[in-house]
Amino acid sequence: MPLLDVRDLVVRYGTVTAVDHVSFALEPGETLALNGPSGCGKSTTALAVLQIRRPASGEVRFEGQELTTLTEAELRPLRPHMQPVFQDPYGSLSPRHRIRDAVAEPLKVQGRWDTDSGPARVADLLDRVGLDPSYGDRRPHELSGGQCQRAGIARALASDPRLLVLDEPVSALDPSVRAGVLNLLADLQDELGLGYLFICHDRSVVRHFADRVIEMRDGRVSSP
Amino acid sequence: MASEPLLSVRDLRIAFDGVEVVRGLSFDLHPREVLAIVGESGAGKSLTARALLGMLPHGATATGTVRPDLSAERGRRIALVPQDALSALSPVHPVGDQLAAAVRSVARVPRKEARARAVAALDRVGIPDAARRARAYPHEFSGGMRQRAVIAMATINEPDVLVADEPTTALDEERRDQVLRVLAEQREAVGAALVLVTHDLDVVREHADRALVMYAGRLTELGPADEVLTRPLAPYTAGLLASLPEHARDRRLPTLPGTPPAPGTLPPGCAFAPRCPLAADDCHHEEPEPRPAEGRLTACHHWAELPHPAVELFRDQQHASS
Repeated sequence: MPLLDVRDLVVRYGTVTAVDHVSFALEPGETLALNGPSGCGKSTTALAVLQIRRPASGEVRFEGQELTTLTEAELRPLRPHMQPVFQDPYGSLSPRHRIRDAVAEPLKVQGRWDTDSGPARVADLLDRVGLDPSYGDRRPHELSGGQCQRAGIARALASDPRLLVLDEPVSALDPSVRAGVLNLLADLQDELGLGYLFICHDRSVVRHFADRVIEMRDGRVSSP
Repeated sequence: MASEPLLSVRDLRIAFDGVEVVRGLSFDLHPREVLAIVGESGAGKSLTARALLGMLPHGATATGTVRPDLSAERGRRIALVPQDALSALSPVHPVGDQLAAAVRSVARVPRKEARARAVAALDRVGIPDAARRARAYPHEFSGGMRQRAVIAMATINEPDVLVADEPTTALDEERRDQVLRVLAEQREAVGAALVLVTHDLDVVREHADRALVMYAGRLTELGPADEVLTRPLAPYTAGLLASLPEHARDRRLPTLPGTPPAPGTLPPGCAFAPRCPLAADDCHHEEPEPRPAEGRLTACHHWAELPHPAVELFRDQQHASS
C-alpha cells in the first residue's frame, strides 16, 4: 500500500483552477519531487495533500485512508503523521517562542507531553537534527537560517510523522548550509523510513535528492 | 586586464559599532566586465556593493577608498538593480512616470521627452505595448515584468556601473534566466560594467567574467570566473563547490564543517582555518593576505597544496552541522 496516493486532485481558488487533475503515489521511504516554475500549483498540491487547503475534487489517501471526506475532527488524529516543513525557516517558527518550546508544542497540543520525560525528548530531537540542545534556550532570530530550518525539522519530527511535506525546504539557504540540511533529511529518511513529498524549483537539487520527479506546469502534470 | 579600471576599491572596511564586517577589501572593476561577488550570508558581499553605491545602512561606518567615487552620481553613472522589484517601485505612481522621474532626476529634460524615453526603455526590456503599459501601476505588472521594469530604470541613464544585489534570488529558474538575459542585453546596450552579488554559483558560471569570493569580510579568491569555479585555489571556494548537488557522488553531499565566524568573534589567523582541512600552524596565527597565484589572487597560505580536483578536499567532510 502506498504511503500517499493522490488521484485526480483538483484545487480551485475561486474561479482559478490551481491544481488540475494531478495524480501520483508515494511509497514509504521514497522521495517524490514536485518540480515546476512559480505558480505551477506545486505548493497548492502540498497544501491539499495536508488537507490544509481542501480540494474541489479528487482523492487523497494516506496509508489507505481517504482524507478528503473526513471532517476536521476526524482528521485531527491523522495530522501528526503528515507534517509540513516550509521554506522560510524564520517565518515558520514563532519569533517569541524559544526553540525548545517550539519543538515541544506539537507534543503538548497532541496531549503527549510528559513533564518528566518531555524535556529529554526535546533535547533528543534537537540532537537528532544536529543542533546542540543548548540551542533550545534560544529564539529563532538567534539562529542562522540553517539552524532554524533544523529546528523546524525537529518540530516536525516531534509528532512521529511518516510523511514529511517539504515545501522548498532548502531554497532560502546558502549552498554549504543547504548541503548539510539535505544530508540530514537523507539520514532521517534512511533511519525512520519517512516518505518525502519534496517541493523544489531547483533542478540540480531535485536531480540529486529525489527518487522520482513530477514536473508540473499550469496546474497539470507535464511529465510523469 | 590591460584597460584602466573603472573603479578601484582599496582597503575597504565597513564596521557596525566598531565591529568590522568588511575587513580590508581591495579590487578593481574594469569597463564592461561582469564581476560577481560570491559568498554566503554574512560574508560582506552586499555591504561591499552598497558601499560602491553610497547606500550603506544606518549605523555603518566605512573607511578605505573607492575611486572614483560615483556614489554622488548615483542614478547617472552608477545604478542599482534591486532584488525586490515590488518594494523598489512606488505603488502609487505609474511605472512610466517613475522611469521618467529617473531621467529627470539627473538631467534637465522636458517632461514629454522623459516620458518618451521611459516608454522606449520599457520597450527595450521587452514589455509588450510599452506606451500603454507605462501608464500602469506596479501591481498591474507580473513579477517578471516588474523585474524588467527595474532593469529598464537602472539602465535608462546609461550608467557606467550597474550593481545588482541578488537580482534573481526569489525567482524560479525560468524567470531567473529570463531576467538575467534581459539584464545582460541592457548592460551590453549601455556598455556598463556589472557588479553582480550572488550566492548562486550557476549564475556566476553563466554570467560573470570574474569572480570575487568573499569569506568573513575578506577576499578569499579573485580571478576569471570559469577558472575559479572549475579549479579553485582557495579551500573555501573548493568547499562551496563541493557542496553543490551536481558534484555529488552519492546521496550524502560533502559539507563544510562548522559555521562561519560571527563578526567580532573571529579566530586568530585565517578566518577559515577552523573549518579548513588544509589548515596548518601558520593558518592559526597569521591571516593570509591576497597574493598573486596562477594569474589570480588568493588569500591562502597553502593554496599550492590543494588536491586536484580541489573538491576532493571535502569528500570525507560529511558530518558537519550548519
